[in-house]
Amino acid sequence: MSWELLIKWLPDFLEGAWLTLQLVGVSVIAGLLFALPLGIARASRHPLVRALPYGYIFFFRGTPLLVQLFLVYYGLAQFEVIRQSFLWTYLRDPYWCAVITMTMHTAAYIAEILRGAIQSVPQGEVEAARALGMSRSQTLWHILLPRAARIGLPAYSNEVILMLKASALASTITLLELTGMARKVAARTYMYEEMFLVAGVIYLIIAFALMQGFKQLERWLRVDACQGR
Amino acid sequence: MAEAMPALEIRNLHKRYGELEVLKGISLSAHDGDVISILGSSGSGKSTFLRCINLLENPNEGEIMVAGEQLKLKQAKSGELVAADAKQINRVRSEIGFVFQNFNLWPHMTVLDNIIEAPRRVRGQSKAEATEMAEALLAKVGIADKRHAYPAQLSGGQQQRAAIARTLAMQPKVILFDEPTSALDPEMVQEVLAVIRSLADEGRTMLLVTHEMNFAKQVSSEVVFLHQGQVEEQGTPEEVFDNPQSARCKQFMSSHR
Repeated sequence: MSWELLIKWLPDFLEGAWLTLQLVGVSVIAGLLFALPLGIARASRHPLVRALPYGYIFFFRGTPLLVQLFLVYYGLAQFEVIRQSFLWTYLRDPYWCAVITMTMHTAAYIAEILRGAIQSVPQGEVEAARALGMSRSQTLWHILLPRAARIGLPAYSNEVILMLKASALASTITLLELTGMARKVAARTYMYEEMFLVAGVIYLIIAFALMQGFKQLERWLRVDACQGR
Repeated sequence: MAEAMPALEIRNLHKRYGELEVLKGISLSAHDGDVISILGSSGSGKSTFLRCINLLENPNEGEIMVAGEQLKLKQAKSGELVAADAKQINRVRSEIGFVFQNFNLWPHMTVLDNIIEAPRRVRGQSKAEATEMAEALLAKVGIADKRHAYPAQLSGGQQQRAAIARTLAMQPKVILFDEPTSALDPEMVQEVLAVIRSLADEGRTMLLVTHEMNFAKQVSSEVVFLHQGQVEEQGTPEEVFDNPQSARCKQFMSSHR
């Protein structure tokens, strides 16, 4: 492939990469916020509270993201009620369909990461907080969650990388993110091998940057120093 | 003159794990300045008893009074007594210090942050105020130079001293020690005992579960020997150590010389 061709199509690739970053960025951050109550509920002592988010997590972890995307993008439009409601402004747009589906999908996984992390915090550290007179919610916000965040961070960074690659599925609902854009450019130039190689390299660069970012975050939060006591 | 109100009084405490009754009605009262050591072989219920006092463990029966104030308890479905008033139990816990066998420092915070956390959150102290007190306490337990270190960077003895400073920062009226030196290497035991001894010398009210017999004999004003969830023997250190009455206590004392 000539450099001229690459330079010619690079803006398209960067546009695609930017859309990929948006999809992943929004979904893993919104997913984390959404997962917070789910994960806390999953780690509850009360069986009923624990059971509440179970159906949600079971569905989103148990079915492929592609099926979920199709259900939202093609499926919801079948319902008159939805087409009449305010939701239609968003649900008729593939961008929002992808963002919503990816957020709900990753939230299920992050909730389970969070549950595991909360349950891994040594009971004695929670008891220490309670014995000093800290209330349940003070213990949760100031001791348990900051501690669980450090335990769950490596698993969360893994989930972010997985979502980066899963975002390629958004190309199936017409979005020209990195994979979708590569396909478009390849179809124009008939250079499938080269164009998908370019997309692959860009995915690698993004993944590398994310991994480095999480590595810095782990260092800053002293994740290693908190393990294995 | 009427006898002064006990700083801590426990009446008829029972604790069951299913069929197994580990505490079979224990009563104890500690007056201001008392240092009460609780001895007994493992499984005698001493740690459980201590943990029931501030409801880290929920008893099945009994009454707990702190400086004359009765803890409000209610029966849960499991049959255990749980705190009926969340505000009260949090306040009472802030007045009862608890030192754990495994220190239970928060590993993601520096020693200083470990100490100022509760005074700030529970007492509403300013950061400057809490830090000032924390630094004085760290100097007192002899690890002032470790204030910016993290727990994992400290030896066991230093961690336990930091944990004691964390407890003291809440200015507790009574301190409960649950085998504070049992998780330590032998050479670190003395440095922790020295800190506990200085607290006893200050006239603090303390309950101490320990296996350090000589230490218990030296610092205690009263010794309680537990056996199978009951108080088997109780008295001054001289009485219990040198002249035990019950066969169990005699046997225990002779095997722990």
